[in-house]
Amino acid sequence: MTAAIVALDPRTRTGLADLLLSMADDEFVIGFSDSEWTGIAPILEEDVAMSSIAQDELGHARALYELLAGLLDDGRDADALAYDREPEAYRHARLLDHGRGNWATTIARRFLYDTADTARLASIGEGWPPLGELVAKIRREERYHVMHALVWVDRLARAGGEARDRFVTALEALAPDAPSVLAAPEGEAALLEAGILSRPMADASTAWRAEIAGILLPLGITIVLEPAADAAAARSGHSDDFRWLHGEFTSVRRSDPGATW
Amino acid sequence: MSPAVAPPLPDEDAVREILRGVADPEIPTVSIVDLGMVERIEVGPDRIEVELLPTFVGCPAQELIRSTVIDALAPFGHPTVVGFSFRVPWTSDRITDLGRERLTASGFAPPAEPADVRCPYCRSDRVAMDSAFGSTQCRSLFYCRDCRQPFEAFKPV
Repeated sequence: MTAAIVALDPRTRTGLADLLLSMADDEFVIGFSDSEWTGIAPILEEDVAMSSIAQDELGHARALYELLAGLLDDGRDADALAYDREPEAYRHARLLDHGRGNWATTIARRFLYDTADTARLASIGEGWPPLGELVAKIRREERYHVMHALVWVDRLARAGGEARDRFVTALEALAPDAPSVLAAPEGEAALLEAGILSRPMADASTAWRAEIAGILLPLGITIVLEPAADAAAARSGHSDDFRWLHGEFTSVRRSDPGATW
Repeated sequence: MSPAVAPPLPDEDAVREILRGVADPEIPTVSIVDLGMVERIEVGPDRIEVELLPTFVGCPAQELIRSTVIDALAPFGHPTVVGFSFRVPWTSDRITDLGRERLTASGFAPPAEPADVRCPYCRSDRVAMDSAFGSTQCRSLFYCRDCRQPFEAFKPV
């Protein structure tokens, strides 16, 4: 892997580090947030499903943080990257600044995130093999997350009454921040040139918005998804929901710094 | 101390044979070889290298499997390096016929598209998927309408 790192010019390397950090933080934050359903999901099967999905996401985050740790080579390991930053230093998309909320919000957030994440993963090229290989594996797992989200989107939207109302309200509340997942990373030009990205995020975003419309229109739901601002705006200035979550997910680590678990 | 004569290096087949005895931590009858996790074995002049493919990226059994492999190969008397990689994606097609047989005998349906899943107890095809997600990342929950037994099936990935 060292050879693959040495081969990168500084501009590409910085862009890649930003991309890895934002992808890892997205998976880490939604994974940790959804793991809060463990034990309290509406039905037992969903308790198991949401826990399993959360475990997948945390696993993806760890693998991405490990790639980043190797790239940065500054002495921090995956755990240090995941847990030892102040809230402001996280680069997850603004969509994930919304807490898990009620079940309808969780499903709406998963639906918007999983479909956008799929579009992002489909935009990763072979330019840096360690990431290309990992993404090939991750895509096989994410397929199940999308299936799960779509089953629930259909169920809530067709249920009518309170279920549909809550779901539509949640979608509308999340819609302004949903495109943040596909905001163009700062080093996009360099990443495209190096083949680390196979298409600009703007293209991924267009495909994603068409997909969302194709799913929601037959259900009689319309949401407005504006093209995302740049990543600097879409991935900073985090919410109180996230600050609270940060306090939760760092609490064990802070309780005994440097401990081996 | 007389390290004058190093133990002879095993060949790749001998290493593989030992790995056939290393079981999945959760399914003691199925080895990591039959699960298709062993991608590469290399016996160099000074060490044994084993490259494993994780079944799922976040599978928490990875560290346990790594240390079990190192312990199992310790009798050869050579340093052993065990790495996990994504160089080749693990897919459920990598499970061998013997692995599929042993999964079934242990009460797990081997990976198949939902329509092709059979009950591991009575072989009925009258089965229904209750949930794509089960007790571990790699399994789904099913129910057999004939023998009325819930069971788990490996996810096709």
